[in-house]
Amino acid sequence: MDYSYTILILLLPMLSFIVLGLAGMRMQHKVAGAIGTAVLGIVAVLSYATAYFYFGNGRSADGTYEKLMPYNFEWLPFTSNLHIDLGILLDPISVMMLIVISTVSLMVHIYSFGYMKGEKGFQRYYAFLSLFTFSMLGLVVATNIFQMYIFWELVGVSSYLLIGFYYTKPEAVAASKKAFIVTRFADLGFLIGILIYGYYAGTFTFEPETQMLIAAGGMMPWALGLMFVGGAGKSAMFPLHIWLPDAMEGPTPVSALIHAATMVVAGVYLVARMFPIFIAYAPEVLHWIAYLGVLTAFYAAAVACVQTDIKRVLAFSTISQIAFMVVALGVCIGADTHEGLGYMAGMFHLFTHAMFKALLFLGAGAIIHAVHSNEMSAMGGLRKYMPITHITFLIACLAIAGIPPFSGFFSKDEILAACFQFSPVVGWMMSIIAGMTAFYMFRLYYGIFWGKENKELHAHHTPHEAPLSMSFPLMFLAAVTCVSGFIPFGHFVSSNGQAYDIHLNAQVAITSVCIAIVAIVLATFMYMKEQQPVADKLAATFKTLHRAAYRRFYMDEIWMFVTKKIIFRCISTPLAWFDRHAVDQFFNFTAWSANASADEVRGMQSGKIQSYCIWFLIGALAFTVMLLLV
Amino acid sequence: MDITLQQLVFYVVAILMSVFSVMTVTSGSILRSATYLLFVLFGTAAIYFILGYTFLGAVQLMVYAGGIVVLYVFSILLTNSDKSINQKICKSKLFAVLATVLIGAALVLFLIWTNGFALNAIPECSEIGLKEIGRDLIGMDKYQYVLPFEIVSVLLLACMIGGLLIARKR
Amino acid sequence: MEIHVVYYLIVSTIMLFAGIYGFFTRKNLLAVLISVELILNATNINFAVFNRYLFPDVFEGHFFALFGIGIAAAETAVAIAIIINIYRNIRNIQTDNIDEMKG
Repeated sequence: MDYSYTILILLLPMLSFIVLGLAGMRMQHKVAGAIGTAVLGIVAVLSYATAYFYFGNGRSADGTYEKLMPYNFEWLPFTSNLHIDLGILLDPISVMMLIVISTVSLMVHIYSFGYMKGEKGFQRYYAFLSLFTFSMLGLVVATNIFQMYIFWELVGVSSYLLIGFYYTKPEAVAASKKAFIVTRFADLGFLIGILIYGYYAGTFTFEPETQMLIAAGGMMPWALGLMFVGGAGKSAMFPLHIWLPDAMEGPTPVSALIHAATMVVAGVYLVARMFPIFIAYAPEVLHWIAYLGVLTAFYAAAVACVQTDIKRVLAFSTISQIAFMVVALGVCIGADTHEGLGYMAGMFHLFTHAMFKALLFLGAGAIIHAVHSNEMSAMGGLRKYMPITHITFLIACLAIAGIPPFSGFFSKDEILAACFQFSPVVGWMMSIIAGMTAFYMFRLYYGIFWGKENKELHAHHTPHEAPLSMSFPLMFLAAVTCVSGFIPFGHFVSSNGQAYDIHLNAQVAITSVCIAIVAIVLATFMYMKEQQPVADKLAATFKTLHRAAYRRFYMDEIWMFVTKKIIFRCISTPLAWFDRHAVDQFFNFTAWSANASADEVRGMQSGKIQSYCIWFLIGALAFTVMLLLV
Repeated sequence: MDITLQQLVFYVVAILMSVFSVMTVTSGSILRSATYLLFVLFGTAAIYFILGYTFLGAVQLMVYAGGIVVLYVFSILLTNSDKSINQKICKSKLFAVLATVLIGAALVLFLIWTNGFALNAIPECSEIGLKEIGRDLIGMDKYQYVLPFEIVSVLLLACMIGGLLIARKR
Repeated sequence: MEIHVVYYLIVSTIMLFAGIYGFFTRKNLLAVLISVELILNATNINFAVFNRYLFPDVFEGHFFALFGIGIAAAETAVAIAIIINIYRNIRNIQTDNIDEMKG
């Protein structure tokens, strides 16, 4: 099978970015959007074809799908075996990611037609979307860790550009800077990790020689741990999550694409990519990652329960769900399909989550489009006005809550099963967090579509159903959410490549469904009515806790304290002083001395031939003396 | 210590040349200065005669004494230079120049003295004849000088034209 | 003919440095040019003397001095033409006033 056409998957979005970026401003809005969407359509078709041929081509003799590299050329050779390559790697997870990215990206492109209609900078928006798609696709098909790093940074840049799309809004500018700085800070760890890895493993590829890894000994956990720091930054793991809620200042489709479905799972993808090395040489790091994931999942779920901005709720839910995936990867205890169940579960959840979270965000976008506000107080009772959005949103909520037969149920069930296999404590904690997920999602759902309607606002401006370009992606993604749980995912992706039959663990499944239903009922009881006495009373009783959760447990304030008070005052200020008084002064001195000596020398340029000659004579005499003395 | 006539002539010429060359550069009147230069040039010609290069001496007399000094005198008179010669340079500069010159002279004399020339007599050889000089000047063999000769002739032509161009009235 | 070669060289050295002294101390361009003549003659003497004493069989120094005289004559002619031109322009041939070379 010839996969050489896969290069087009990368080149087309890049081309589209260049065309739209350079010539976009001269185009009509519709033309620019059509170019971007058409290119993405082609990319999606190519991705599906790749997946079809790749998985349809059957397994090799040892029961795995073989890794293919249709392209791999040496770019920067350092030594004979340490070199940076650029290429395309096809293996189950990268092909799976191709599908996820191209699908969600295509849907977002279509959706943006309606959502961004008439916005200033429409062409720029599509150019950035193409850039992002290109970078993200490049990231997942990277053949080596360094190529991954390059595209990783490109993804960060396009995320920065899109968060700051409304660059006249100060909050958007601040949010884009925050996202960029926090992820860059984390990427420093990633880079150091890569360098350690490259030094000890002697290669940047994902499959170093075994004896090199054994010889590296204690350094490999450090390398992998530092790489995960980068992953934690991109995937918004606690305590580096602070940029993600603020990133919601960008246009909502962007949030759906970048900050819910694709870019933020890059950290998970990174861990999955390095999984064989993790599990063999640094299992303890993997477990620490799992504990961090549990903490993040709990923290984010707790915060999500009290937020009132619907995009913030979804942002924290994203953090929590990504933490689920991280936990799933972290609880793997071995490489074979059963012990490595979490690997499969995490990837499965990545897949399903991308679909239903994109759906949630796009739905939220439709709602915001209708009521022109992010706040729940401006909503309520919208089910009458927006039936399609209502139904699709409900499907997504059921999926994320883990109600069968929607996709989230299957993937979350596998994660919980993996957790129970690792340790019952982790399993129960994750089950409770899953219950919290169901609770806050239905709180959100009732707050938007039921509850107390904001009559005066709606009288002033009646909410309306979104146009077809926006509702079509919603329906498509809802359909995917309904059926994707039945994909025999274990047959495609598993920890060692062997086929694995997903079988529901009845005990875990029943427990989790029960918890989810209880949580939903609780949310119904508390938030469905127009008056919410229980919720108000609870908030009043646990006032401090409620306030702390609403302020995200003061994480931003803590970071501000750490950076402003500690880093800036104790490190940056002395450094700035040193720079201004020592470094600058040194260069000022050299400039001054050059100036002064030039002033002195200038006097010799008198234009008088005699004074020139006497210098010449003195020089000649001096040379004679020198020759005599030597 | 018996001194031959030739030696006597040489010493007298040498002393005169030294004295006059110093006077050339120190004299307060430029016309005198030019006259002293003339004496020095005569002395140079005398040295050529002593060395046995009679043709060179003759050329020296004709070109310098006959041509160049006359040119100097005319131009001095043309430019009123005899009135403005007395502008002096400042003391410190004078001392600097004097010191440099004295040190330089001392250095060169020291080099000459310590070089250890053991040549205290003019080697005997036949005087170079005019015919031979003529042949050497336009011959093309080794130690013959047609190329410099032609170049100098072109140079002189160029100088003539250049001098005319520069000096003519516009 | 017992004249040591060093005596010739002493004479030419005195001429040379007298010329140099004049070159630096004189302000009148013609006086400067006269000093230059001294320097040129000193070198010519050296050529002739070295030729005569060191290589009596050939005449390279002799011819070099000959060409030197020719070139000196040409140089003087041009220089005097320039000086006269300057005099015509600024009524003055003091070196202090001729510093147009200054940037």
